[in-house]
Amino acid sequence: MRFGVVIFPGSNCEQDVIGACRYLGLDAEFVWHGDTDLSRFDAVVLPGGFSYGDYIRTGAVARFSPVMAEVVRFAEKGGPVLGICNGFQILAEAHLLPGALLRNRGLKFICKTVDLRVDGSCDWLDLPLGTVLQVPINHNEGNYTCDAETLARLNGSGQVVLRYCEPDGSAAENGSAPNGAFDDIAGVCNERGNVFGLMPHPERVVDPLGGGTDGQPFFTTVVQKLAEVAG
Amino acid sequence: MARYEIFVTYKAGIFDPPGATAERALANLGYEGVEQVKIGKYVQLSGEVDLSAVTEMCEKLLANPVIEDFRIETVEE
Repeated sequence: MRFGVVIFPGSNCEQDVIGACRYLGLDAEFVWHGDTDLSRFDAVVLPGGFSYGDYIRTGAVARFSPVMAEVVRFAEKGGPVLGICNGFQILAEAHLLPGALLRNRGLKFICKTVDLRVDGSCDWLDLPLGTVLQVPINHNEGNYTCDAETLARLNGSGQVVLRYCEPDGSAAENGSAPNGAFDDIAGVCNERGNVFGLMPHPERVVDPLGGGTDGQPFFTTVVQKLAEVAG
Repeated sequence: MARYEIFVTYKAGIFDPPGATAERALANLGYEGVEQVKIGKYVQLSGEVDLSAVTEMCEKLLANPVIEDFRIETVEE
């Protein structure tokens, strides 16, 4: 079981992901954005950062990196792919996930710990629905958007895995998303459940030194799922 | 050599945070009657490329069809 963590020019959270994996005793190594071979990996993570300076749109250029063609193939074969923050933006640009990430409502870069409610499951997270997790966010473009038809489809198939919420798990009247995200959406998966993208940074709350451990299931779940498949 | 001007704007119904902020700022400056401000991108592109190629460039990279519309004006054939 080996995680591949892709580094694009401008990624800056790749060390955090590797650190989280190693803290949990998981084998993880870097993949350069120019690499075209993912065959040695069982799971692939696109970390946070500012790939290609966020030029044109966040993730718009990274999406055409040589490695991304392989990530698409890996995902199409059912391989688990996780996109965190900028990684989520790249997966949305690559159309591996529905919707898009716009600039935060209020135009402020937001860096704080938020409450997230589990509203669905995927290969990367499978907790009882309604579980509230505390995970930090750290972004300028996390304002998730999609059309109403897509939202209905996502809700119908349980693809909205995480929503921003109040500490008790409820939704505030005017929404709980600090960035203005549509329907408080913080993380979505594809129909098959193997590709998952979220704006919050679970890798930062794996080692308790980071202020919590709510990020651990994001890495341990996929290991269990892969073991079951191999089982 | 052909020259193009490309205008990229959010699709109707997509919230435009900078546009909404500009709207409020203009009201704060005392300008009355502004109903809507939409902020988009303007691209100048030139080279030995035809319109169909530029259209493809917009669909792939310069705009995101999920959230944006684009309009191409040919300045010079």
